[in-house]
Amino acid sequence: MPILTVTLFLPLVGAVVLLFLPKEDPERIRKVTFGFSLATFVASLAILTRFEFGRPGIQLIEQASWIPSVGIQYKVGVDGLSLVLALLTTLLTVLSVLYSFRESHRVKEYNLLFLLLATGMLGVFFALDFFLFYVFWELTLVPMYFLIGIWGGPRREYAAIKFFLYTLVGSLAMLLGILLLYFHLPAGQRTFDVLEIIRQRPLGGTGLLAQLAFWGFFLSFAIKVPMWPFHTWLPDAHVEAPTAGSVILAAILLKLGTYGFVRFSLPLFPEVFQQHAPLIAILAVIGVIYGALVAMAQTDLKKLVAYSSVNHMGYVMLAVAAAAWAHGRPGLQQAAATALNGATMEMLAHGIITGALFLVVGVIYDDRTHTRGVDDFGGLWAVLPKYGAVSITAMFASLGLPGLMGFVAEFLIFVGSFSIFPVFTALAALGIVITAAFFLWTIQRIFLGPTNPRWAELPDLDRREMWTLVPLVVLMIVFGVYPKPLLDVINLASLDVVAMLR
Amino acid sequence: MNWADLRWLAPEVVVAAAGVLLLVVDLLLPREKKRWVGWLALGSLAAAGGAAGVLLRDLGMLGTQGVRIFADTYTVDVFGLYFKFVALAATGLVVLVGLDYFPSRTSHVGEAFVLLLFAGLGLLLMASASDLILLLLSIEFVSLSSYLLAGFLKEDPKSNEAGVKYFLYGAATTGVMAYGFSLLYGLAGSTSLYDVGARLGRADSAAYLAVGMALAGFGFKVSMVPFHQWTPDVYEGAPTPVTAFFSVGPKAAGFAALARTLAVAVPPDTVNWPLVLAALSAVTMTVGNLLALVQRNLKRMLAYSSIAHAGYLLIGLAAWRSPWAQQGLLYYLLAYLFTNLGAFFVAMVAADATGSDEIPDHAGLSQRLPWVAAAMAVFMLSLTGIPPTAGFFGKFYLFAAAVDAGLLWLAALGVANSVVSLYYYVGVLRALYLMPPPAATAASAPPGLRAGLVVTLVGTLALGVYPQPVVVFVETARRMLGV
Repeated sequence: MPILTVTLFLPLVGAVVLLFLPKEDPERIRKVTFGFSLATFVASLAILTRFEFGRPGIQLIEQASWIPSVGIQYKVGVDGLSLVLALLTTLLTVLSVLYSFRESHRVKEYNLLFLLLATGMLGVFFALDFFLFYVFWELTLVPMYFLIGIWGGPRREYAAIKFFLYTLVGSLAMLLGILLLYFHLPAGQRTFDVLEIIRQRPLGGTGLLAQLAFWGFFLSFAIKVPMWPFHTWLPDAHVEAPTAGSVILAAILLKLGTYGFVRFSLPLFPEVFQQHAPLIAILAVIGVIYGALVAMAQTDLKKLVAYSSVNHMGYVMLAVAAAAWAHGRPGLQQAAATALNGATMEMLAHGIITGALFLVVGVIYDDRTHTRGVDDFGGLWAVLPKYGAVSITAMFASLGLPGLMGFVAEFLIFVGSFSIFPVFTALAALGIVITAAFFLWTIQRIFLGPTNPRWAELPDLDRREMWTLVPLVVLMIVFGVYPKPLLDVINLASLDVVAMLR
Repeated sequence: MNWADLRWLAPEVVVAAAGVLLLVVDLLLPREKKRWVGWLALGSLAAAGGAAGVLLRDLGMLGTQGVRIFADTYTVDVFGLYFKFVALAATGLVVLVGLDYFPSRTSHVGEAFVLLLFAGLGLLLMASASDLILLLLSIEFVSLSSYLLAGFLKEDPKSNEAGVKYFLYGAATTGVMAYGFSLLYGLAGSTSLYDVGARLGRADSAAYLAVGMALAGFGFKVSMVPFHQWTPDVYEGAPTPVTAFFSVGPKAAGFAALARTLAVAVPPDTVNWPLVLAALSAVTMTVGNLLALVQRNLKRMLAYSSIAHAGYLLIGLAAWRSPWAQQGLLYYLLAYLFTNLGAFFVAMVAADATGSDEIPDHAGLSQRLPWVAAAMAVFMLSLTGIPPTAGFFGKFYLFAAAVDAGLLWLAALGVANSVVSLYYYVGVLRALYLMPPPAATAASAPPGLRAGLVVTLVGTLALGVYPQPVVVFVETARRMLGV
């Protein structure tokens, strides 16, 4: 059985099934959606049974002829990097769908869009043909536009179109980059096959066209990540999106950008990337510090979490830039691999932790208090012990407390980057301090202190909410304490990338 | 003249005979049965499509570059046949939705279908004409039918305005084009495109002038800036099925004739028309998109959008050096056929449901007509160029051609324009999906329109998801053009 293809298209099949269900029966629609997302998750776990751990390179390749006249094929495969991100995607899709059982407005369209989105995201991680990759890359935009635009907060229309326009600018710039690569392959051998293009590296060196193609890819990925100063769509989109939309945005869609940098930019344009690595590292460090400072200034909890994403994605980009600087410098290869391990780990950690944080915000805002002002609460832990425990664990994980997943990731990033960019890394460490400060302050304002009498009667997490949050908390702790199995998988992929940089 | 050559004219003969015959049939039919004219027209178009299919097979068996008949004035090749299919599909789909539209709005139902047939006949001729005089005549044939169709709703002042405006612009630009053609004749001493191509020697100012003047006529047909000003008014005023027809039929045939004329008669080393068209492409797409941004009326928005798409299509001529250019042009026109016809069909359903062509008045239509709104979402995304739609693959093809031909700046401008266009295309979806409906009464679409929507929707998606068969077709068509 072509397990990747099955995993990839199961959600799409689910979306088509939903199309023919009557919208008058929301309960059935929710159950069908949950069934398909759960089946997708199970299918993605089944990939693990086929995956040969310890073998470098891309595995489980499935391919078929598609548009042979112009060298386009259907080709999917996974390595450690894409596999773990795909698992993150399927897991968070199930949890988001489960969380969204409470959504009662236009249920059919809502669930349909979520399933479409899942196929789009999985496709980005699986695709090994640039055309296919681009199709899935764009496929993620449309559902998210509608999710923000229909089910979002008060400024949803503005946020939705801003998100769409920003990311489309990036994607189209990347499309030109892809075409430049394609047409620089020798005539007669032109293909959109990612592995083949990486092998031939048609735009090596630092010529003008290589620069243009690099910046085309850069723009697309940097907007998606988002790197400072391309981040301005993010606070709008995150704050206005419905809770489950924010979860997917933060946990997966941002990772598409960092994944792109590691999977494509590094191996395709090592020379140009290296040339600009210091500049990109500076942008990353600005993102780290700026994100943390702005998060600290927020009184809206959702905005706070949104800006903390700018901060965390800055760490990832610092590590990626550091790895790029190691190109052709054999002494730095080990550090580069460590940094990339940290970057991938941070992608997962941020996905799990920030996913949980947005759910935490949603739980309290969507159907309990309808406010998310940090100063509107106080002493909430006493009222909601389970909710408090989950939220505080997630926030500790986000600020990088040892023993939780975020720490492992940030530790690796800092260790790896420090031997390559000591000054930038030292500056980025400031971000850790600020992050710790604002999360502790937030915990203090919301959960500690005197109980706000307005919220004395709030119900604690119900069973469904526990089911959405507890798996994430468990993962944070398990991989915080024992990251080795995960790191073993990631490490091989990082070594592959570093080998291409040699 | 060789009578056996007539077989190569089979599609044209079928449509012409049907048109003349149906004029008589229309006289004999009682008023309530006039729809039959439409059904018969549809049948004749299908028969012509079958005939074109047979010719395509014959060409394949002959293995030739194409067949030139009647002293080289008419060329039947894969390129021409591709456009014949496009023209027949466009005409057929418009007749199909006209079955519901015309009987409720005018008493001259039969004439409408007959005029559409004649316009379609003109398109078939344009696709194959390889002689300046025949080319001019076929363009005029399309134009005359079009003027009448634009002004067909006699009681509607806007329709009248559309007819007159279209006529005045058309007459002026055709005149200029005729003058350009006469210069070409003077330079080459022959009206055959093949002779002109062989004899048009070195570049001189007269050749530039001739080509420039000829461009006026083609530019008018395809809504190229600066010959675009008629577009919004005519699109808004003409009966909507007719507008839909204008946006794809004459545009496709105009590009076919322009491509053939330039490829055969004007070698790029005599007149550097790729450069001229690159500039015109840039201006056309930018002007169209910027003006579309501020439109509130759906038909006017689609008019400016149609100008913008003429700009993208011109890349297919400007990037002539790349083999992808002509292929992209051909592919894009078919993609645009399905997508834009579909968009106009939705506009018709929406106008029936809300009584208005204004985009904000279509608020919440997704709640009343979920399938129609979903189809519109596909069409708008296809016009923007979002995969997996036909429009995306078309743009992919054309931008790739620009990159291949070294026109990276033009590709980048096309990309920037696509982003701009997203704003107004998504503006339609915003009304349909994001804005709440004023009243949630269910609405429905008449059967002909529903059939038309199914065909265009399936076409838009199928061309986007599996373009390979059409890609093979356009590759062959390009080789046959012999460039």
